[in-house]
Amino acid sequence: MDDAVVVSDLRKSFGETVALDGLDLNVAQGEVHGFLGPNGAGKTTTIRVLLGLLRADGGTVRLLGGDPWRDSVSLHRRLAYVPGDVTLWPNLTGGEVIDLLGRLRGGLNPRRRADLLERFDLDPRKKGRAYSKGNRQKVGLVAALACDVELFVLDEPTSGLDPLMEDVFRQVIREEAKKEGRTVLLSSHILSEVEALCDRVSIIRRGRTVETGTLESLRHLTRISITADVARLPDGLAGLSGVHDLQVQDHHVQLQVESTELDLVLRQLTACGVRSLTSRPPTLEELFLRQYDGAQPVQAP
Amino acid sequence: MSALTGTGALVRLILRRDRVVMPAWILLVALVPLGTASGTAALYPTDEARQGYIDDLSRSSLLILFYGRTPTPDLGSLIFWRSASGMVILGLIGLLTVIRHTRVEEEAGRRELVGSAAVGRYADLTAALVATSGAFLVLAVLVALGMASQRTPVPGAVAMGLAWAAAGILFAAVGAVVAQLSQSAAAARGLGIAVLAAAFAVRAVGDVAAQQGSGPSWLSWVPPLGWAYQVRAYDGDRWWVLGMAAVLAVALSGVAFRLAARRDLGAGLLAPRLGPAVAAPSLRTPLALAWRLHRGTLYAWTAGFVVYGLLIGGIADAAGDLVGDNQQLRAVMERLGGQSALSDVFIASSLGISALIVSAYAISAALRMRVEEAGLRSEPVLVAGASRLGWAGSHVVFALLGPVVAMAASGLTAGVVYGLSTGDVGRQVPRVLWGALVQLPAIWVLAALTVAVFGLRPRLAPAVGWLALVICLLVGQVGAALRLSQSLLDVSPFTHIPHAPGGAVPMTPLVVLTGLAVALVLVGLVGFRRRDIPVT
Repeated sequence: MDDAVVVSDLRKSFGETVALDGLDLNVAQGEVHGFLGPNGAGKTTTIRVLLGLLRADGGTVRLLGGDPWRDSVSLHRRLAYVPGDVTLWPNLTGGEVIDLLGRLRGGLNPRRRADLLERFDLDPRKKGRAYSKGNRQKVGLVAALACDVELFVLDEPTSGLDPLMEDVFRQVIREEAKKEGRTVLLSSHILSEVEALCDRVSIIRRGRTVETGTLESLRHLTRISITADVARLPDGLAGLSGVHDLQVQDHHVQLQVESTELDLVLRQLTACGVRSLTSRPPTLEELFLRQYDGAQPVQAP
Repeated sequence: MSALTGTGALVRLILRRDRVVMPAWILLVALVPLGTASGTAALYPTDEARQGYIDDLSRSSLLILFYGRTPTPDLGSLIFWRSASGMVILGLIGLLTVIRHTRVEEEAGRRELVGSAAVGRYADLTAALVATSGAFLVLAVLVALGMASQRTPVPGAVAMGLAWAAAGILFAAVGAVVAQLSQSAAAARGLGIAVLAAAFAVRAVGDVAAQQGSGPSWLSWVPPLGWAYQVRAYDGDRWWVLGMAAVLAVALSGVAFRLAARRDLGAGLLAPRLGPAVAAPSLRTPLALAWRLHRGTLYAWTAGFVVYGLLIGGIADAAGDLVGDNQQLRAVMERLGGQSALSDVFIASSLGISALIVSAYAISAALRMRVEEAGLRSEPVLVAGASRLGWAGSHVVFALLGPVVAMAASGLTAGVVYGLSTGDVGRQVPRVLWGALVQLPAIWVLAALTVAVFGLRPRLAPAVGWLALVICLLVGQVGAALRLSQSLLDVSPFTHIPHAPGGAVPMTPLVVLTGLAVALVLVGLVGFRRRDIPVT
């Protein structure tokens, strides 16, 4: 079966501003794909192209096997979208918005609607102007997640949600993806959310994809943190290539090492008599920061 | 820190934000009595001529409804009377200005930001009242100077300026009260306008009763609007009424401050009502959504045009007699088609004015698409399976058919009322209704132009739409007086609309204008299908 989303060499400019500069993105059927990037990297622009709202200047885009610009209406019936800033009509209640959007899509599942309203603790009788930012976001989430569709496109969907509701969101996405086999494209800033939910991630920067792959494969490429207490002070560590941020204080050693050099560093340490050792794989934060610090793009295996 | 700390800075903020709007309306309003005075003085140079004019007018109860009890033939008194209907507008300005700087700010969340600085609890409400009242006092000075320059007695001129200011300031205070009641600025405006309308109706009934010498004439004294009329500038100059108005304004402001002290920031005293948890079965298409968004405005406009139609129809017969013995006016009317056609001329030109007003509705209905797009509310609908044409078409329906409803409402009621006064309803209703409907192609052209620009260059749509209406207004109202060339006059679609009832109605211009409107709508829809969304 084809991938749910296939984007290659996508280009889009707004006047002088280049928003997308040869972006690639592949989302397989049934996976939860994390879409990461700093503000202004082009995440929302990419999503709007995928939704057929913006017309691409160049490159190819396939969504669920169709052309998002030409087949927009038929494709929209097969997907549900939550924007990062859900705006509501001031004189319609949350329940009315949920029903309207669901019916436009071809109907929503009333049991799931009731279930989601309860889990997200949302009162559907309030008028749009009376909802807080977090509650507006919940209206968008219930409207999308109550639909039986193949693909969810979520653009920073949890902005404004409290940690409790964030947790509910994760549970619901896990159920949808793992049990129901739906595909999710999740653009996010919250790295713990991506780590908890996503099978694969794509990291974009200035309109280009800089990394893509499973979290494991991305971690493999990057540095590991090591903290150790040693009997004697090692002297050869500073000279090793691939060792960074080395700090030695009394018998306490802290360093970062590229995964390819790990073996060598460990041998040096054991030679000095290790009393205790902690090694930690890089968090997504570290991965993320490294990409945005202006480091060169790295090709994942 | 006192409760008023920061008031001065907030007054300056208001003046800065309104630096264009405020001077503009002050000057515009100040020019009205000036224009009326020089025009009236030229047409009715003597007290006798003016008395005849007043006698003619006072036969129509509908004019008393609008202008209040008849004045003395003194020029100043006549001007005060003729321009009194403008006090409703002043009340509206006072009301909306105060709501704009209190509840709107609070609803948008900006009040919270300002309030977190060193600003007293009552500073924003005080600042809004001070700035608005100040603007009305400046207006009072300008009106007094203007009237004095027309060689009317100075005390009368001052009384007239202050009476106008009183109307505005009293409703500014009403605005301060209603802004405390509801969480939403829209509801506050609705409540305030309802108070204004009720005040107008009560005063009008009282004045008609007083004129006829029977009935509840005391209603003229029900505040707040009635008092401004009761100042009777140039006709006794009742200064004590102004004193009463000042006391009332202070009292209403006090009520507003008391209410403000009792509520939380962002909250209202009227609890927001809950709505349905489930949408009605009919709410399932873009058209159903558009109906929800447009219906309130359409109801309000239609109701307004029913009233307008009643007034046109009611005055039309009296307008036929208005000329009386005035030779100059008679000559003007002879040129327009003779005395017999006078009522027709009056109806046709009144319908022409209503067509310009309905155009404002049509343009704003078309611009609703832009409001939705810029507010990011078009995306969710378009991504939920609505086609672009379906979404845009749903709004265009209201821009094109809404005016049909509004024009038909004014034409129908004007025809019925005029027919009743002349005793031939069966003949007048179709004539007057047709006169209203022939205006539609010109209205459609303006709405369609807005749709076209929305499709091609969305950011320019509001500017182009409103500019086109202003140009049509200028061409229609002052074009002939300024002796603009015919090619310039032809720019306005309204120039090509035949005069009806009472004139021949050639179909060609109507067909051409309708065709132009259709073409513009198609251009807009094709452009919208091809362009990026949203353009913010």
